[in-house]
This record gives sequence, structure tokens and C-alpha cells, in this order.
Amino acid sequence: MLNRLFWKKREFSVTYQFGFATIALICFFALYAPISTLVFYSFNAGNNLMLWEGFSFQWYVEASKNELVQEAAIRSLIIAVCASLISTLVATMAALGTTRTAPFKGQKLIFIMINQPLMVPEIVTAVALLIFFAIIKTFTNYYGLGYLITAHAAFCVPFAYLPIKARLDGMDLSMETAAGDLYATPFVVFRRITLPLLWPGILAGAMLSFVISLDDVIITEFVKTAGQDTLPTYMLGQLRRVITPEINAISSVLLAVSLVVVTIFFLFTRKRY
Amino acid sequence: MSKTKKDAIAIHVNGVGKYFGSEPNLVKALDNVSIDIRRNEFFTLLGPSGCGKTTLLRLIAGFESPTFGQMLLDNQDITNLPPYHRSVNTVFQSYALFPHLTVAENISFGLEMLKKPKHEISATVDEMLALVHMEELKHRRTDQISGGQQQRVALARALAPKPDVLLLDEPLSALDYKLRRGMQIELKRLQLETGITFIFVTHDQEEALTMSDRIAVMSNGHILQVGTPNEIYYNPQERFVADFIGESNFIEAEVVSVTKGRSATASLRLAGTRKTFKANMPASKSKDKTATVFIRPEHAKLQKSTRGATLTGTLTNMLFFGTDTNYHLELDNGDAFVVRSQNEIGHAFHPAIGDKLGVVIDEQAIQVLKD
Repeated sequence: MLNRLFWKKREFSVTYQFGFATIALICFFALYAPISTLVFYSFNAGNNLMLWEGFSFQWYVEASKNELVQEAAIRSLIIAVCASLISTLVATMAALGTTRTAPFKGQKLIFIMINQPLMVPEIVTAVALLIFFAIIKTFTNYYGLGYLITAHAAFCVPFAYLPIKARLDGMDLSMETAAGDLYATPFVVFRRITLPLLWPGILAGAMLSFVISLDDVIITEFVKTAGQDTLPTYMLGQLRRVITPEINAISSVLLAVSLVVVTIFFLFTRKRY
Repeated sequence: MSKTKKDAIAIHVNGVGKYFGSEPNLVKALDNVSIDIRRNEFFTLLGPSGCGKTTLLRLIAGFESPTFGQMLLDNQDITNLPPYHRSVNTVFQSYALFPHLTVAENISFGLEMLKKPKHEISATVDEMLALVHMEELKHRRTDQISGGQQQRVALARALAPKPDVLLLDEPLSALDYKLRRGMQIELKRLQLETGITFIFVTHDQEEALTMSDRIAVMSNGHILQVGTPNEIYYNPQERFVADFIGESNFIEAEVVSVTKGRSATASLRLAGTRKTFKANMPASKSKDKTATVFIRPEHAKLQKSTRGATLTGTLTNMLFFGTDTNYHLELDNGDAFVVRSQNEIGHAFHPAIGDKLGVVIDEQAIQVLKD
């Protein structure tokens, strides 16, 4: 038994549950085995996804030389940066409005409305945006990246909102009261007390929405016009043709970017005060 | 400071009320309270939780606005002034120190907001740090210091802008007994040294008695009595005040006669006994046939013989407190009565539970209550 393997003689604990360690190990295996396989084969010298033919960086080189990949990567980054900035700003204001005011009628409703995009099937939002933007396109004749940025910013708001609201909920209102008591006007209270204390939450919200925007497929696929592929939709397109380890290489880079962002996210949300 | 200035009114609260919610769930946290707090005074608002003392404090600070009534600070109407325009600072129960700032930055915050010149700020911060003995921890973050030290920083931060009035919202409640006793002396010293009016909120009657110049006893959104610790302890006007401050005996008395002089004096007969006592009678009770009389346990004396005793009863319990012992008696009419007497070495008097004992009460120890 795996349990036996990890068994250490321990003090009697009322919270110890038999078999949890085994289940945890199975879960970790299911999560990380596919990802490690993907990363492993991105270094394959041959052009087969499952047959190992020696170590090489050739697919990374190939992908970086591919103009379509370059364009898609840049587009992905532009959209993710813009969308996370917009959604974080909106989410910060929403979080302040729902925690730093006196309780008002309909507060719960507003909370539900902000988080509702998390519940609605993404495909529904995608179709709705497709139709909505189609109407706007016929009126404005604008076909740029603005639609994708708007769409991404919209569905990123709840992801940015949650860590910011969690941070505000944990922040004692008495500190702001104390600052007001010490002759700080409401604006100065916000700048000198609320914002510095909220900063880790805001950064966490921005990072989270950046990652969410970066790997979105469904909404992007519906909203984009021809030649507006992002990295994920480009990869999806590739799957319909010949698959080479190039896709492993792109995925591995995306994974690395996410890991870096998540690490920064972790460092900022670590409770220091 | 001249005599007239010392007696000047710092805070004038005039018919102030604070209601929360609406009918039928209307909560009258504060109901028609009027009070004058003098300049330079250590004034305590004392009462059980929910009596409205913290609400009154928050109204004076400006965190809340009154439902009705008016408040003056140095003869200026502050009723509708936001907290950042009042020369009033608060020491919070939770301290509410700014966790992203150092000890020194916390203390200088109020001075910066008042746009004081840099050299003056740093001089005042050093002065405040010295005042609360925290010089060495100047550059520490506030989560790296102990609870007692945080308490001192909170005090220094609120004192630094030299406000007209300092409000303290149960600031000692989180400290352990020893530390609390130390801080009580410290607070009193700070008040005398700075000459700032302190308004102190507490539910601890011992704390109120030891520190205050005057105490206001509050209950259910009302102020019941205002007076010096002596007046509050020796001459409580109402049963609640007598009961809340220290231990008390309440005895029903029969009013034999009332003589009206400058103040009404009554002849009283205690709980079915023959002897009559004279005591001051509150004007509101001059027509009543019975009255509640209040006697502090330490103002009654226990004796072995029932002869010549004011009251007689059976000993039911003895509680040893070190310096004193409380003797619990059941009086002949069934009422409970407590006598507190100081323990002395070589004391020959050792009653046992079940003994029939006599209680001697001095006439001066008897006080008639308003209710």
C-alpha cells in the first residue's frame, strides 16, 4: 500500500483520514503526467508526437521562426495585457464599491451580477458576443483587435474581482477610520492607506486575468475575424492539419509563461501584513 | 494654567440621540444624552456592553452623526463636522495601526496630514517616542512588536497632533492584568503631562475608579449619574449605579417620618427591625412609605453576639480574598446580606457556617436610593 510507504509514526490526530495520501498521489499523477509528457516530447528530434528520436531544440527554433506563430504570440500578448489592465481597473472599482460603502439595497444582486460570467457557459457568451459584435461591425466598419480586447476584458472581470474583494474583506475598516481620525481626507485615506494595503490583491487580480486571457480559446474563436489568430486558436487550427512537436514546443512556452506569472502571483499574495 | 481655563468646557453634548434601524426594529443606542466634559479632565464613560458608551465616543470622534442633538468642542459646533476636521484623536480598541508603515511613520501620519514642517514632525515623533518609552523600536514594522508596545504606538500616534480631546475606546482590554495595571498608571501620567482632555471608555469599574477625575455611569443609552469616583462609589443615586460599581447590599426600609429641611431627612426602620436611622431622602421619594436602602459590604461590621446588632442573620458562606473575607448571611427576614471585613493576623473571630451572627451598621453608611 502506498499509505504504508508514506507512513510515519505520528501522534494521534483527530483529523487524519485513512487513504487520503493515496488519492492525493493519484490526483497529482493524473494532473502532471500528461503535462510532463508534453514537455518531454517538445524536445524530440523527430517529427513524431509519440516516438522518441533523440534530444533537440529544433521545434523551438522552428516555432520561433514561424511568422504565423510570431504574429499570434504578439497578438495574444497585446490582448492579454490590455484586457487584464482594463478588467483589473474595473474589478478594483467594483470591489471598493461592494466592500467600502455602507450596506445598500441590491448589494447581493450586484455581487451576483459581477460573478455571473463564471457561471454562464462560455459558449453562450461567445455566441452572444459574436452576434452583438456583428451588429456593431456593420455600423462602424471597424474590424480591429478592439473586439477581442473588449471581450477578454469582460470575461476577465470576475477573475480579477475575486482576489481584490478577498483582500478588501480581510482588511479591517478601522485602519481607514483611524486615518480619517488623523486628519486624512477620504481621497488621502484611499491613496495612503487603502491602496497600499490593497496592492497585493490588485496585482494578483491582474496576473490571474492575464493568464485567463492568454489561454482563452472559445470566445476568441467566435469573436476573431480572419487573420486575428491568437496562440491558442492558432494551435487549434494546426490540430486540423499535420501535428508536429512544434505544438508541444509552443505549449511548453505557454506553460513556462503561466508558471512565471503564477509564481509572481504567489509571491504577491503571500501574507506579509 | 489658570483656574478659569481649567474649568472651561471642552466637550458639550446637548440632548444627543443616536437611533439605528427603523420601527419595529428601532434601536436607541443613545437617547437624549447631555453632558459637559471639562478641559484637562480625565473623564470616563463607564457601563456594561451595549450601554451606548462607545456610540457616544464615535459621535464625539465624528465616525457617526447623531440622529438628533448638538455637540460643541470649545464652543464650536462640531455636530456635522467630518472626523478629519475635528481636533479629536482616537485610540482604538484594536489599535488600528497601519501595518505597511513603521512605528515612526505611524506616529507622524497625523502631523503630515496637518502639513506640519518636516523638522517639527521629526522632533514631535521623537518626543512622542520618548513619552511612551519606545525610542529603540522607531523603525520596526508594527507587526513586529508586542501587544503592549502596539498599545503605546497607538497612544503616541493619537497624541502626536496634540488634539484638544483624546478618545480612548477600551484600550486596555486586550492586555493582561499586570500590563493593564502598568498602563493605567502610564495613561494617568500622560494625561497630566500633556494636559489633554481624555475621554476614556471602559466597562471595568476598578479601572474607572482608579484613573478618572469624573465618571459617567451609563445604561441603556442613558447617563445615570456623573460624579467623582468618590461620589459614584459612596453616594450612588440609583440601584444600577450602586450595583455596577463594587458590591452592594440592598435592603427594604420602612419610612417612619420625613423632616423637611434644606434637604429632606427620613427616619427609617430597616428590614423589620425596631431601631430607626436617619438618612437623606431624595426629593422624588419624599412621599413614599418604603425605600430601598443601600449599604456597602465593607461598611457593615460582623459581631458574635446578636445583642445590640442592627440586623441578625445566619452565616451561609465565607469567601476568602486574601486581604478581606466576604461573609454571606441570610437575614432573619430571608434577605441576603454580605459583610466584607479585613483579615487581621491573630484575629480571634472565626465564625462557622450556620452560626447566628449580628451585623452592626453605622448610620452614615446608609443611603436611600432614588429607585
